[in-house]
Amino acid sequence: MITGLRRVVRAGFVGFWRNAYVSLASVFVMTVALFMIGVTMFVDQLLTTSLNTIQSKVDINVYFVPDASPDEIDRLRTAVAALPDVAAVTFTSREEALEEYRNRNQNNEIALQALEELNENPLGATIAIQAKETSQYERVAQFLDEQKAQEDVSAPVIDVINFNRNKDSIDTLTAIISAVERSSLVVLIILLIAATLITFNTIRLAIYTSREEIAIMRLVGASNMFIRGPFMLQGIMYGFLAGVLTLAIFYPILIWIGPETAAFFEINLLEYFLENFRMIFLTIVGIGVALGLVSSTLAVTRYLRT
Amino acid sequence: MIYFDNVSKHYSDGRASGLEEITFQVDPKEFVSIVGHSGAGKTTLLKMIIAEDKPSSGSVFYESLNIHRIPRSKLPSYRRKIGTIFQDFKLLPHKTAYENVAFAMEANGRSDQEIAENVPQALALVDLEDKAFNFPHELSGGEKQRVAIARAIVNQPDIIIADEPTGNLDPIATYEVVQILRKINDLGTTVIMTTHNKGVIDEIERRVITMDEGRIIRDDASGKYVL
Repeated sequence: MITGLRRVVRAGFVGFWRNAYVSLASVFVMTVALFMIGVTMFVDQLLTTSLNTIQSKVDINVYFVPDASPDEIDRLRTAVAALPDVAAVTFTSREEALEEYRNRNQNNEIALQALEELNENPLGATIAIQAKETSQYERVAQFLDEQKAQEDVSAPVIDVINFNRNKDSIDTLTAIISAVERSSLVVLIILLIAATLITFNTIRLAIYTSREEIAIMRLVGASNMFIRGPFMLQGIMYGFLAGVLTLAIFYPILIWIGPETAAFFEINLLEYFLENFRMIFLTIVGIGVALGLVSSTLAVTRYLRT
Repeated sequence: MIYFDNVSKHYSDGRASGLEEITFQVDPKEFVSIVGHSGAGKTTLLKMIIAEDKPSSGSVFYESLNIHRIPRSKLPSYRRKIGTIFQDFKLLPHKTAYENVAFAMEANGRSDQEIAENVPQALALVDLEDKAFNFPHELSGGEKQRVAIARAIVNQPDIIIADEPTGNLDPIATYEVVQILRKINDLGTTVIMTTHNKGVIDEIERRVITMDEGRIIRDDASGKYVL
């Protein structure tokens, strides 16, 4: 058994080497296929990151009336933070709001003077709420509306909820995000199918050149596994080498375009590549090895049938 | 040892010559030559023995074993009992002479030690020790056929099947191949050979089966080539 395995492995390596041109051609074609898959992965990452960046800029602001009781504000803040849809709640107190107003209007004498005329702080506290997904803002706003509706009319707490003002842009963004996610999935699937077919045909051609050999091996009394083994190993080697080659090609390309992506999409693809190298390596090389193994197994099996 | 019982084979597409009610027996240690014109069914007959093809009716036996009832998974081990030699040599092009012979032993699950001992012996028997590490494309036709013979005998099969082994060879190479086959037969291995070559038959002076249009028309114990 071990002897058989050793012989299969040796025959696989020797076959790879002695058919160097065919092997090289297969590796290159598979590299192109894996490269396409890699590009899709990176583009998908770019889109996801930039969409996240845009998403994080969206929020709902709740403006409280200036004399709302701090206890009530606190209660509402805790209740909102406890909602499953909510990712973060940022609180700005009355004093901070005033400070911000002053800073914002540093060069606006009239605004500052107007503030001086009033003896008390006219600004209320606010909370900014970020949902986990843009689609969840609707529910958070609903919750806030309910809270407002339940308020005691003589002692109101919530002044304005700005969701309705932002509603249109939030809806549009939600639609764009889901469209982009769906279409990048479709593109990925199409490319995966293309890569599979290209690889399968390449390896089938490589093994087609060996069909006479397969017939001879059968006549000499070699078992099917003994014949198939070296070809399966060669398929794995094609995939592995193509995967490594693909990553080796990506590296200089990412050094080149990394800074550009950092400026435009707020993610440096080179850093992403290096930080997630293990995952990317396993994905690309894994897909290569799996494609190579499956294709070669199917191709040899064809010639093993009597 | 080999027994054909009323074997017929018909090809609907006419891609090969068929057989008509063939019955004969080959005993151990015999050297049987099968002669006949092209299309007489000689190759089809040999294919039956190595289970490359199935009869339309009738049965072929190897000792008490019905060859065409062997399950597919057991075919490789059956084929290892038979050494095969072909007109077009059928060597593995990407393996050296040594590796071609060794492959048959590897496929048979022999140990490395046995391979290291037997392959050089087999190559010595066909007088090719000095070409052991040449690839097939570096060898002449006669040398290729001798490698094929070494591969066929290295597992010490009970029987050698040779389909037109001298068909592509010049007279000197033909003579060498026939001498080697006789030597193998003298050492106790059954040989079944097809040929067109009158000189070969006359030289061997053993049993000759003559075929025509899928039938056996003569079977002489010590034959001459008569057609």
